Amino acid sequence: MSLELSEPLQKAIDGLSESFNNKILDVYQSTGSTFVLVERESIVEISKYLKNEHHYTYLADVFGIDRYTSEERFEVVYNLISLRDGVRLFLKVRCEEEQPEVDSVTSVWSSANWAEREVYDMFGIQFSNHPDLRRILMPEDFDYFPLRKEFPLLGIPGSIELPNSTPDTE
Amino acid sequence: MKLTDIQSKVHSTFFKEHQKKLYQSLEDKHTTIEELDDGDPLTSKMILNMGPQHPATHGVLRLVLQLNGESIEKAKLDIGYLHRGVEKIAENKTYQEFMPYTDRMDYLSPYSNNVALCQAVEKLANVEVPERAHYIRMIGCELARISSHLLWLGTMVMDAGAVSFFIWTFKEREKIYDIMDRLTGHRFTVSHARIGGVANDITDEAMGAIKEFAETFPKELRDYHKLLDRNRIFIDRNEAVGVLKTEDALRYGGTGPVLRASGFGMDIRKFAPYARYDEVEFKIPTRMEGDNLARYFVRMEEMSESIRIINQCLEKLPKGPVRTDNAKQAYPSKDEVYYSMEGMIHDFMMTDTGICPPEGAETYCAVEAPKGELGYYIQSDGTGHPWRLKVRAPSFANLQVLENIIDGEMVADTVVIIGGMDPVMGEADK
Repeated sequence: MSLELSEPLQKAIDGLSESFNNKILDVYQSTGSTFVLVERESIVEISKYLKNEHHYTYLADVFGIDRYTSEERFEVVYNLISLRDGVRLFLKVRCEEEQPEVDSVTSVWSSANWAEREVYDMFGIQFSNHPDLRRILMPEDFDYFPLRKEFPLLGIPGSIELPNSTPDTE
Repeated sequence: MKLTDIQSKVHSTFFKEHQKKLYQSLEDKHTTIEELDDGDPLTSKMILNMGPQHPATHGVLRLVLQLNGESIEKAKLDIGYLHRGVEKIAENKTYQEFMPYTDRMDYLSPYSNNVALCQAVEKLANVEVPERAHYIRMIGCELARISSHLLWLGTMVMDAGAVSFFIWTFKEREKIYDIMDRLTGHRFTVSHARIGGVANDITDEAMGAIKEFAETFPKELRDYHKLLDRNRIFIDRNEAVGVLKTEDALRYGGTGPVLRASGFGMDIRKFAPYARYDEVEFKIPTRMEGDNLARYFVRMEEMSESIRIINQCLEKLPKGPVRTDNAKQAYPSKDEVYYSMEGMIHDFMMTDTGICPPEGAETYCAVEAPKGELGYYIQSDGTGHPWRLKVRAPSFANLQVLENIIDGEMVADTVVIIGGMDPVMGEADK
């Protein structure tokens, strides 16, 4: 599929493929958004490059996707905005089902802190070098990762400790 | 104060592991100023738990503050008390079925949530929306913005000490509820937008009410300005409180009025115009100071800009259908459903299967909600349910900013700063 990129995006993609030739696995577009799939190991380098060279100074969001495939099951997506050029770019990395781990980009964008905590909370993806990797929406005592596809919609009975609804009884 | 001391004082009944880790993380925050233990004979240092059941925290927000006398040394936020797992629910619903859930996310401006979801699905499935529907959506969104900002204004001023003001702003909100009732059939959770348009056209009655509101509201707004702009107490409470510098706002990911009050004029309506925002004229109010007073001015100006947009929309409102006339993409009108067999079958099919975007398509679509950038990322697997739906909630982003700017402030100012940030927990907790 041929890409229809605006000028600033084209520049960023060209710069990326020049500096990180074999680290860029795929570049594609879907309904007008541009996605760049990169090597998991070099996400921090690439983030730094995009921030410093192409003004992607604003990280709007980080979120996970459960692809539910046997290979490279989880995907982490970074939603970046270049404030100078006024364009949006999505970075993607993939990781394995067994002990998924991605380097944290909190050193590049501080706003990744909570967003990565949410990904960890919902999918169980570990972020190495994260300053405060705790669950954010679920309590720490919860043992499951609710947005994984195998987690049932109705929840798991007994997985959350609830107050006694009839206080008079023991 | 050591972690063990805290643990010995606070006996949590539930989620012990969670509490332990939270206090641990508070202890770990800026470890450089960690020399509390011995030199505190008056025990002026303490850990204060604020919320989740605290009227001034606007919902179920919990702050764990480490205090030194009256000033906050460091703070940690604990969110998730209103977590309902809407993203998980979305994966098990059709797109249209999920729409009412979005009402309950940012429940202060349900209209913009509906529009955000519908636009994302329309972008994903390539649905064309009639011109008139765009304008109706814009009117609804701007009314929702005014309604949300009015609630913020009332509660924020109440947090700063003036209770009667709250009733004034609620008087105006009540009028917006009445308009919503006439426009959409619901007062609070409107669910008015449909994939491919809106549920129903504006009635003459609703039109009259909107026109009247657009005429009378600027006068009310002037009264608010008169009361607050030069009010000594109000200014003293808000000036230089909760200061957020521009670079910090960008670094921590502030969005919406919080970002604009810190001197960066980022607005999705101009950044990536949706609906017909590129055809109306409006300004993006921006302030440089970054304190709570700046946020006040930004939101007040936004309200008058919203009135300007509504007036232009009413003027430009084109004639025509309000929903796309393609039975594969949108619900047929009720007339068709009641009086023709095909209409009924299509209605049934829409409810049963719904719209099926192409397999593997991904989209991200954002709108400027009253709180900031509200984005929906949807990935489709070709069926009627989204494979993954992610909500980029503005309150979530702003609460992260709050955790960072609250350090070094006074305890009495925390409620004002929270009020200035204007978080909605339904949205932040998803």
